[in-house]
Amino acid sequence: MALTLTEKILLAHTDRDELTPGEVVLVRCDVVMANDVSGPVAFRAMKKMGAERVFDPSKVVMVADHFMPAKDARSAGLLKSLKDWSDEQGVTYYGQGRGGIEHTLLAEEGWVTPGIVLAGGDSHTCTHGALGAFGTGLGSTDIAACLALGEFWQAVPETILVRLTGDRSKYVTGKDVILAVIGRIGVAGGTNQVLEFTGEGAAGLSMDERLAVANMAVEAGSETGLFAADEVTGKYLEGRARRPWTAEASDPDAHFSGVLDIDLSALAPLVSKPHSPGNVVPVSDATGTKIDQVYIGNCSNGTMTDLRQTAEMLRGHKVHADTRAIIVPATQDIYRRAMAEGLLDIFVEAGAIVSTPTCGACFGGHNGVMGPGENALTTTNRNFKGRMGSGEAGVFLANAYVAAAAAVAGEIVEPHEVH
Amino acid sequence: MIIDGTAVVIEGDNIDTDVLYPGSFLNIDDPDAMKPYLFEGLDPGIRDRLEPSCVLVVGDNFGSGSSREHVPLAMKAWGVGCVLGHSFARIFHRNCINLGLPVVTSPQAAAAAVAGERIHIDTDEGAIEVSDERYEIAPLPEFMAEMIDSGGLVEWVRGRLKA
Ligand code: SF4
Repeated sequence: MALTLTEKILLAHTDRDELTPGEVVLVRCDVVMANDVSGPVAFRAMKKMGAERVFDPSKVVMVADHFMPAKDARSAGLLKSLKDWSDEQGVTYYGQGRGGIEHTLLAEEGWVTPGIVLAGGDSHTCTHGALGAFGTGLGSTDIAACLALGEFWQAVPETILVRLTGDRSKYVTGKDVILAVIGRIGVAGGTNQVLEFTGEGAAGLSMDERLAVANMAVEAGSETGLFAADEVTGKYLEGRARRPWTAEASDPDAHFSGVLDIDLSALAPLVSKPHSPGNVVPVSDATGTKIDQVYIGNCSNGTMTDLRQTAEMLRGHKVHADTRAIIVPATQDIYRRAMAEGLLDIFVEAGAIVSTPTCGACFGGHNGVMGPGENALTTTNRNFKGRMGSGEAGVFLANAYVAAAAAVAGEIVEPHEVH
Repeated sequence: MIIDGTAVVIEGDNIDTDVLYPGSFLNIDDPDAMKPYLFEGLDPGIRDRLEPSCVLVVGDNFGSGSSREHVPLAMKAWGVGCVLGHSFARIFHRNCINLGLPVVTSPQAAAAAVAGERIHIDTDEGAIEVSDERYEIAPLPEFMAEMIDSGGLVEWVRGRLKA
């Protein structure tokens, strides 16, 4: 029988011989991840389950990133409980100064290889679909079950095939690809389904850009955003992969619940206007909007690729006098590499601040939250009302070129106007 | 399971978990301490309308966005008896089921619900009564029904670990 990549992965992680879309199966996890927000809630549930030890400490990873470094005493308590629990269970723990934002970090550290199942206590675990893995976000009680048994329940999802063709023009990035998809199918258009990206346009995306695309699959309601492994994946995993892997793909005659064709050559840089990631328009329809703060970072767009794009725009320019800019490399490693390449110097010289890797203001936690009446232009993935602080603030989502251009202009402009 | 409660209607589609429970309060891990922040970014006044075993009536794609379980945990802590909606986002939906908080998808019943009126739900019979109209609820997949019967995922895992 012809199978989708998702079905192949799930089949290999259940006791079943075949799967029917919609049926609920128990899926074994290769990696279970949680953070300082989802972890402590999961530990409480695990205790209530009567589970004292995790199913396999070598498959469990905890990352301090949301309230790291601690914004207040209560956050410090959560971070401590995450570390203490990790030490007690003997699982991998990435703490302050040793990690960064969970999704970028797990990919970078080689935890994610094609064909694995990764259960994460965070909705953006779909990021790992970029590596051909079934990475999916779960709540804390689910994570507790994964920690205790190494399994979660899952209704077998169907797949929407997103076929990408054509060459992108300058300033069109992975961010625009996924914003275009969400703009087309809507914020619930992928519910209970997987988005699988294919075609020459998908092959032409770097791993950093694939991570950005897969990351926002959940913004269309999807379980994950998959890219079948190819040479780009193989190259990225060299010297990184923690286990051997083989590349698999959907069978050509597999059944898909939908097909979406996107011609990348027709794409212009896009922006999601407040207060929904589905509120997508070309940048040209939003120009002139005054921006109080630019935020470049987060698990979708805090990579070296994003920082290089930012530097390309900021080099020789100053951040506008009425605008603040915060740049957040996603991990310690990216931070160091950006430093070695001289990018951080360009940022600071331009009048931006460079933050330590953290989730920070992305979810309105700390480290640059927005006040009432202000507008933010960010490379993050969500612009819900109040997402970055005040409910009276507006958040616009865009790629790093557009964000950096707005930092210079003090308002939304087309990137070529600044460069 | 039988739920008899007053309807608390939350208008709008695509209500996300950020407005239901804003990020700055995520540094709380005790469900009772989450109660004062439920609906904080949407309309704090909704909290005053909650009463034990009330039925939250919601629109399409309710609970989209973050996986934060703080939302259904705080709902449970307030004594919400059921969430009845047009449709639900995936992670919110599974979080409710895992916590043993019944969640019913029925666009017709949700559309018919009137704030303050009684709603009667019988999950065993697969029926829901709103303003004297009866609507059918699609049966849950076997595994989910079994888990809810055992009291949620915590109890289900507890049973598995003992076996
Ligand atoms: S960077 Fe933002 S979206 Fe990504 S995991 Fe952190 S809080 Fe979530």
